[in-house]
Amino acid sequence: MRIGVVTFPGSLDDIDAVRAVNLAGGEAVPLWHGDHDLRGVDAVVLPGGFSYGDYLRCGAIARFAPVMTEVVAAAGRGMPVLGICNGFQILCESHLLPGALVRNDHRRFVCTDQRIRIENAATAWTSAYKHGAEITIVLKNGEGGYVADQPTLDALEGEGRVVARYLGRNPNGSARDIAGIANAAGNVVGLMPHPEHCVEELTGPGTDGLAFFASALGALRSSRGGTVTLGS
Amino acid sequence: MARVVVDVMLKPEILDPQGKAVQGALPRLGFDGISEVRQGKRFELEVDGELTEERLAQVRSLAETLLSNPVIEDYAVHVESA
Repeated sequence: MRIGVVTFPGSLDDIDAVRAVNLAGGEAVPLWHGDHDLRGVDAVVLPGGFSYGDYLRCGAIARFAPVMTEVVAAAGRGMPVLGICNGFQILCESHLLPGALVRNDHRRFVCTDQRIRIENAATAWTSAYKHGAEITIVLKNGEGGYVADQPTLDALEGEGRVVARYLGRNPNGSARDIAGIANAAGNVVGLMPHPEHCVEELTGPGTDGLAFFASALGALRSSRGGTVTLGS
Repeated sequence: MARVVVDVMLKPEILDPQGKAVQGALPRLGFDGISEVRQGKRFELEVDGELTEERLAQVRSLAETLLSNPVIEDYAVHVESA
């Protein structure tokens, strides 16, 4: 299973995301922001960082990168797409996910081992977790407060599209403690904390993040298995 | 050539931590009587040729799709007289 990791100018966590995909048992494929080409991957990760220097708004310019035309089209066809931190901001700016991410309410950059609860274990990126699982992964952001209007928030809650929620004190002012959301189909997930930093005991608070990548690999395997059954 | 100015502000219901930080600094500098500060962005666009209604419509479209994010921001377009 080949999972592409996009590098934008200013991406920071693309190498860690590549490493996480490989550790989870997938084959990571580097993708370049300037290419109209997904190189035949089965899923895509938009990593964290400061794409295009966060100029204008976080993710606002990355949205217009050539590779994003392909990502948006593939997401519409059901390809699993995970946006982490800056990747989440890019997914919102691209309208693949509703709402936006704004500056932390306390105005400081936050960097912490954050406890979150998996609220929806049925998406392409969370199926390897148990529903309600409480995990610890790294959170580091300056503009991580999720906002959307009340009807949108109510719809996200009602449709089970809040994928993960912060536990304990709200770290950034995010509406309803939201740490991550999914699109209606569940193949596109945006996540503010960083599972790719929590895949090895040596570095980070544990390996709680690995299952995000294992989930996508599992989802891809089962969908591919379905194809084989149909063809045989 | 014409100069078109696009002002972008966070919507009133969106918290503006930067504006709050500026407001918090005012009393320390001896500025009183300012009850709220909100910080926005100003874009100055130099538009080539005659500024037709069509060109202005393009600028509005630009303001809506790139310069602002309608989820969190409002924009206003005005033409600056030479």
